[in-house]
Amino acid sequence: MTEYTTDELMIVNAARHLGALAAADKSRCFVGIGLPSTAANLARRLYPIEPVLIYESGCIGSKPARLPLSIGDGELAETSDAVVSVPEIFAYWLQAGRIDIGFLSGAQLDKYANINSTVIGSYESPKTRLPGAGGAPEIAASAGAVMVIMRQSARAFVERCDFRTSIGFGDGKGDRERFGLRGGGPKWVITDLAVMEPDSATCELVVVALHPGVTREQVVAATGWALRFADEVATTAEPTENELGTLRSLQAA
Amino acid sequence: MITSLREAVADHVHDGDTLALEGFTHLIPHAAGHEIIRQQRRNLHLVRMTPDMVYDQLIGAGCVTKLTFSWGGNPGVGSLQRFRDAVENQWPHPLEIEEHSHAGMATRYAAGAAGLPFGMLRGYVGTDLPKHTSTIKTVECPFTGEVLAAVPAINPDVGIIHAQRADRAGNVQIWGLLGVQKEAVLASKRSIVTVEEVVDELPAVPGAIVLPSWVLTAVCLVPGGAHPSFAMGFSVRDNAFYKAWDAISKDRDAFTTWIDKHVIGTADFAEYRESVGF
Repeated sequence: MTEYTTDELMIVNAARHLGALAAADKSRCFVGIGLPSTAANLARRLYPIEPVLIYESGCIGSKPARLPLSIGDGELAETSDAVVSVPEIFAYWLQAGRIDIGFLSGAQLDKYANINSTVIGSYESPKTRLPGAGGAPEIAASAGAVMVIMRQSARAFVERCDFRTSIGFGDGKGDRERFGLRGGGPKWVITDLAVMEPDSATCELVVVALHPGVTREQVVAATGWALRFADEVATTAEPTENELGTLRSLQAA
Repeated sequence: MITSLREAVADHVHDGDTLALEGFTHLIPHAAGHEIIRQQRRNLHLVRMTPDMVYDQLIGAGCVTKLTFSWGGNPGVGSLQRFRDAVENQWPHPLEIEEHSHAGMATRYAAGAAGLPFGMLRGYVGTDLPKHTSTIKTVECPFTGEVLAAVPAINPDVGIIHAQRADRAGNVQIWGLLGVQKEAVLASKRSIVTVEEVVDELPAVPGAIVLPSWVLTAVCLVPGGAHPSFAMGFSVRDNAFYKAWDAISKDRDAFTTWIDKHVIGTADFAEYRESVGF
């Protein structure tokens, strides 16, 4: 087996989920830059039915030959089925419920998968000012489902976010319904150590799979809340030669 | 109508104005931002969905007292260092912020362009943004009773964009990633558009829009005026420059030296191009 990095494992995992969604015709995905864009473009190359990549810059059905640095690289516009304005992409496409899956990440995530990408510390005098919301609040609210991809540490996976930029399950089960949100919320949280999913009874994130070689103690130590595990915890399948080779040639292009 | 960028900024951009220099990655009016720094405008309220390098430069150069925005970062690279320094350490002076989401900002521009007092959307629900941003409220749909987010129209004093080309009458043609270019211009009281070329007749281009000359205040020929952003059909995004900006902007002295040498120390965008070598 070829050696691989934890980032590669996260990306391959996300791509596998997208491949399964594509096979079920549920993969119109709203893609952010970085790991999500890499995972979505990898899935396009690995599976017979390609996910539809939609970028907030207004690109619908993008098929870039190489990975973009920003959501507005020319490569995206030139390879898209359609290019629309920014008010249109948010109103007619995301808000209207045409997106099956949105990707999110952030500086902090709490046990109900709420995400902070605004400030560390207080809003008025922040310790660290982060870029802010961007498209995240409405992706979190309106996408059919959300996949979170984030590197895990006790500093980032916290009991409560310093600022709630985008909502997961609020303060627990029933909050999304109370808020009248149309999207389904976070379905998977993929980290460099494990995969978590919301518990069906409480909506609290629980570990459903550990990556190869990762122990329960490691994941607990990298989590700021009293982490729980599902009754059956799987072990993530290692990336195959094909998955790794395809990913590396994509990143080298 | 067709004039120099120096004259356009001198005539139409004033201290204390609310400005929107728009561009969603594509067609960002960098040259116009530099000219505003050169002419040392002060107490500006800047509006932008995605403040990036040119807003970082305006903030660091001391031109800005308020920023209304939805995402302030260097795409694919990381933080916007001068913006961070202003918010975290009040350097070079305090920066007031009014923070929204992309969907909210897009709605505000569309309302501004439509001449409506506010716009509405399904947004901000369950987030902490409404606690800190007084321009996020709610409105009840009179037909269904659904509660929606309401945000006020944005009507900047001056909307400034880059575009691909104009004809000699000043009609402006834009294609590729359209962002909120059209809405920003139509929402603004005055507007300045920099273009890559001025031609006798605008050729048909798939997906292009045209802003008629009579909704624009000034059109300026500034080839490469979006750099390191780009104009589809004329240039590609200079990703290496965006990456290099991180190191330049991280340090106050390095930033000030860079601005003094390449922006304040050059007469116009053509000299700036020679100075930074693109």
